[in-house]
Amino acid sequence: MKLSKLNAALIASALTLALAGNSYAAEIKLLNVSYDPTRELYQEYNTAFAKYWKAKTGDDVTVSQSHGGSGKQARSIIDGLDADVATLALAADIDALATKGNLIPANWQTKLKNNSSPYTSTIVLLVRKGNPKSIKDWDDLAKPGVAVITPNPKTSGGARWNYLAAWGYALDKNKGDQAKAQAFVGKLFANVPVLDSGARGSTVTFSERGIGDVLITWENEAYLVKKEFGDDKFDVVFPSQSILAEPPVAVVDKNVDKHGTRAVAQAYLEYLYTPEGQEIAAKNFYRPTDAKIAKKYEKRFPKLKLITIDKVFGGWTKTQKDHFADGGIFDQIYTKK
Amino acid sequence: MSRFKAHTVLPGFNLALGFTVLYLSLIVLIPLSSLFFKTAELGFGGFWDVVTSDRVVASLRVTFVTSFIAAGINAFFGIIVAWVLIRYTFPGKRIIDALVDLPFALPTAVAGITLATIYAPNGLIGQYFAAHDIKIAYTPIGIVVALTFIGLPFVVRTVQPVLVDVEAEVEEAAASLGAGRWDVFRRIIFPAIFPAVLAGFAMALARAIGEYGSVIFIAGNMPYISEIAPLLIVAKLEQYDYAGATAIAIAMLVISFALLLFINGLQWWSSRKGGR
Repeated sequence: MKLSKLNAALIASALTLALAGNSYAAEIKLLNVSYDPTRELYQEYNTAFAKYWKAKTGDDVTVSQSHGGSGKQARSIIDGLDADVATLALAADIDALATKGNLIPANWQTKLKNNSSPYTSTIVLLVRKGNPKSIKDWDDLAKPGVAVITPNPKTSGGARWNYLAAWGYALDKNKGDQAKAQAFVGKLFANVPVLDSGARGSTVTFSERGIGDVLITWENEAYLVKKEFGDDKFDVVFPSQSILAEPPVAVVDKNVDKHGTRAVAQAYLEYLYTPEGQEIAAKNFYRPTDAKIAKKYEKRFPKLKLITIDKVFGGWTKTQKDHFADGGIFDQIYTKK
Repeated sequence: MSRFKAHTVLPGFNLALGFTVLYLSLIVLIPLSSLFFKTAELGFGGFWDVVTSDRVVASLRVTFVTSFIAAGINAFFGIIVAWVLIRYTFPGKRIIDALVDLPFALPTAVAGITLATIYAPNGLIGQYFAAHDIKIAYTPIGIVVALTFIGLPFVVRTVQPVLVDVEAEVEEAAASLGAGRWDVFRRIIFPAIFPAVLAGFAMALARAIGEYGSVIFIAGNMPYISEIAPLLIVAKLEQYDYAGATAIAIAMLVISFALLLFINGLQWWSSRKGGR
């Protein structure tokens, strides 16, 4: 039994948070509240940004990280977690900071380029080496005898992307027939033996516990698993189509004004859009939005047909209400046995 | 007031009572009553709809049934462990005694991840069960394992001091009068420790009912099968449905309170009967 590297990363980031409190004077501190799979990305990015900021202004800046399920993180900020910046899994969670928490203006998404999403990602399938169940596309996930691992969309932001990617595929295949799409997604979820509460939990269930034939997950998480466990254990399968995930970032206005950290918080997010920031994102398996860097990494990120939340589902607010609210479509999939 | 005071020779009653009330208010009463206020937003009809929906009822059943089984296992094995630690001396006894408390010290999420690793079909112990087609992790059995782990110390720690007080001479006397080993246990030891076992059982049960951190990693969290009520609370919070979340919490509190009241009554009755 070996110590899980992913678990170790979890513990390491908790330690970073503890140590960050132990710093000397004349130093700027930022708290970046993020979601589960960005641990490795921001670890690297924070070091790069600190170097950049030191060179530019002479100030030392220490960025602390907090990671967890995207929705839970948003709620923590609303309940008073002193985040300077929020970098979450979906726009709906940052929207909540505006609508429920009154911490940022409603038009936050217009403040930075690309809907405030410096990098994008998509949902892919991760299978065991050699693809023993020959899983090629979403259809194969609803077949009998295939065990699918995905977290619970009620508690995980990533899981909502998974669910919607499958739904979008079924919708296209059945020429927009919602009932058929629901039946398909229902069949898919009938193949799910474990519903973890977060994306990282599902990754561990699939990769370390050896449960399931296929993991539906973020592209970056799939590559990360391959990197951690070796290329000889898992294969990434790109389905015929998927969904464009735009994990957005925002400065938490009320908090930076209180801390006097607006300038550095703003710079922290803007640096994500520079070639250096984009390079780090690409290295950590997020799709860069900068055309030049994207070109450089085009082998790693094959072109896919990607649907968007806005076009197919009418935006996050509506999607949330139709699919994931209590009594919504997802709840109807799990009816009493 | 003077009537109460007359009962005690110790000074400081007013001060001590004042402290007790303040302390309990800050730590228990005010937070709990705010739960009720939040739920009141729903009105009784709304509250009833939430707590009687199929999904919630199923999760409450999972929570209470697994907690009950786990507390029962702990009561049985807790007696044995306490017995061994009190009545025998052997090398390493102190270490084993200290081991009993470890489940309290470990963060529950760590416990959950560790248990899931070991009891998963490819885990250290799980593989032998998997060979016989028995799944532990990601089933209700996994929940029982986790809850047994976190509740382990309670019965041991409540029974130990009582068992020390049961004098070995009484047992020897019973034996010399012709009582068999089973008779000695049933007629001498068990009545003496029963109230303590019940107290430990009640604490283990209460602890298990509220447990979240360790369970979600090993439960599988399948709706209607292995989904615990605290997870549904979290799911509701995720949707900013604070009132719905507190409604489930209150249902759990009320059921727990009724159970604990019943167990306390049983304890009182049995200790009176035992003449202690």
